[in-house]
Amino acid sequence: MKSVKSVVSRSKRHNLIQRLGFAGMTLAAIVTIIPIILIVIYIFWQGAPATSWEFLSGFPREGMRAGGILPAIVGTFWLTLGTGVIAVPLGIGAAIYLAEYAPDNRWTRIIRIAIINLAGIPSVVYGLFGLGLFVLFLQFGTSILAGSLTLAIMTLPIIISTSEEALRAVPNSFRVVSVSLGGTQWQTIRRIVLPQALPGILTGVILGLERAAGETAPILFTVAAFFLPQLPSSVFDSTMALPYHLFVISTQVPGMPIRIQYGTAVVLLTFVLSMNIIATIIRSYTRARRQW
Amino acid sequence: MQNFSWREFIIPCLIKVSGYSAILFVGLIFLFLIHEGAPALVEIPVSTLFSIRWYPIESNFGILPLIGGTVVVTLGAAIFAIPLGLATAIYIAEIAPRWAREILKPLVEVLGGLPSVMLGFLGILVVTPFVRTTLDIPTGLTAFTGALILGAMAIPTIVSVAEDALDAVPRTYRQAALALGATEWQTIWRVTLPAARSGVLTAMMLGIGRAIGETMTVMMVTGNAPILPTGLGALFRPVRTMTATIAAEMGEVANGSVHYHALFLIGIILFLISLVINIAVASVVFRQRKRAERILS
Repeated sequence: MKSVKSVVSRSKRHNLIQRLGFAGMTLAAIVTIIPIILIVIYIFWQGAPATSWEFLSGFPREGMRAGGILPAIVGTFWLTLGTGVIAVPLGIGAAIYLAEYAPDNRWTRIIRIAIINLAGIPSVVYGLFGLGLFVLFLQFGTSILAGSLTLAIMTLPIIISTSEEALRAVPNSFRVVSVSLGGTQWQTIRRIVLPQALPGILTGVILGLERAAGETAPILFTVAAFFLPQLPSSVFDSTMALPYHLFVISTQVPGMPIRIQYGTAVVLLTFVLSMNIIATIIRSYTRARRQW
Repeated sequence: MQNFSWREFIIPCLIKVSGYSAILFVGLIFLFLIHEGAPALVEIPVSTLFSIRWYPIESNFGILPLIGGTVVVTLGAAIFAIPLGLATAIYIAEIAPRWAREILKPLVEVLGGLPSVMLGFLGILVVTPFVRTTLDIPTGLTAFTGALILGAMAIPTIVSVAEDALDAVPRTYRQAALALGATEWQTIWRVTLPAARSGVLTAMMLGIGRAIGETMTVMMVTGNAPILPTGLGALFRPVRTMTATIAAEMGEVANGSVHYHALFLIGIILFLISLVINIAVASVVFRQRKRAERILS
């Protein structure tokens, strides 16, 4: 009788511990999530009134304290595009190599370690590297080209790892069937594996470019111009960029109207957030539709 | 037919080259950091380098205050990002109902994707005044403020890696524990977490790595005073991290000057720190994969 009682009380105690524990974990998740929602709402709430058509399509005036931020928007657009042009083919190529061709040997392991390392190098160190190699050694100057190359190398590990994962998710039987029907390895990859993995690859590419669009430290010494009253006309021009502009107007320019700061933040947030949402939609859409 | 075989040869070659490019880039990065940074070791006497004064205008290149600043801010960030991040990961992987998981995971990713300059901007306008008035200190631009925001930036890394690791623990482990009469809570602590420990460790290391390397946020909210932090009070005074020093000063130095070389030397230190962390991570990842293969075969 006694032992039954003690078992019951013990299980009650365990139940209590479990309930407290679960409550703690739930609380932690809430503490993590709420600020994210607050940040996004707060920025939109503060900044949305500042974003008029004139703000989006005009040039900065009066020492950037008035007017618009068009050069920064255009600059970030070109930088993101330039990063994509360089990083996407290289990243997908590397992912195909790792998923489809690479033998399981020492060199492949070194490639993987290199990719993990690329992902972990601080963004400001990429800036130093871009300055040393592209701006000074190759004499591209502070230019869209130098900045895009720097951002591309930084983005590469994200694109490689997500694309490889997408390629590996394609069932092996697809490849076996294609090869048994006489397809070569490249034909199999191009016509069977790549189309199946495309949504996953696209998600990775967008997430990578999202990161590139929002980065400031790598472009500090490679592209970014404090203030440029005209739009860039070639890849050898330097340019303003949204993240750097936000940094400049929130720390370097005294007497900056708060409205313009929040307006710039809203534009940057919209740029980054819309890429994020597109990636999330593609992913959940394909996950729901997948037949294998 | 000839065109055909040509394509079968050239495309795999290109693919292989892009595969190996990752090694090339890591090598190039290291090479250029050494090339621009190594002269500093000759130009600056060792006693100066390890002094506690960073004041480049008077040729004082003591890197200790900068390393100290990075350590203080990173530790501060880790102290609250690791428990919060792991708890959130456990909640998402083990406790949350399906619908909550579908909402929480993308939201955490949103936090991970927020540009660091934007968090720095909010830090200046919102967090800094809050810290100053609540703690009643002369300035809100402190190591603590930096740690707070950096922790928030490290959380998405910790959550997604740890959640992945927990998710990868075979369901049979949990079922066995529950069948033996363990509560769900006991199962999480004594079965699932220990089984996922290498992934959880990886998550912590990557989170710390993220915090060490973060630049814009710390530059904007930590006050940028290169003073060697001592004692607990240092958390509530301005500091200057290694990353912020590079970002703040590189724009103003002459190429090839001692100061320029010194900033690249700091870059080398940062590169080596991230190399150590990531090689440790890689070895954990590979060991885990081997173990998994052994179990499955």
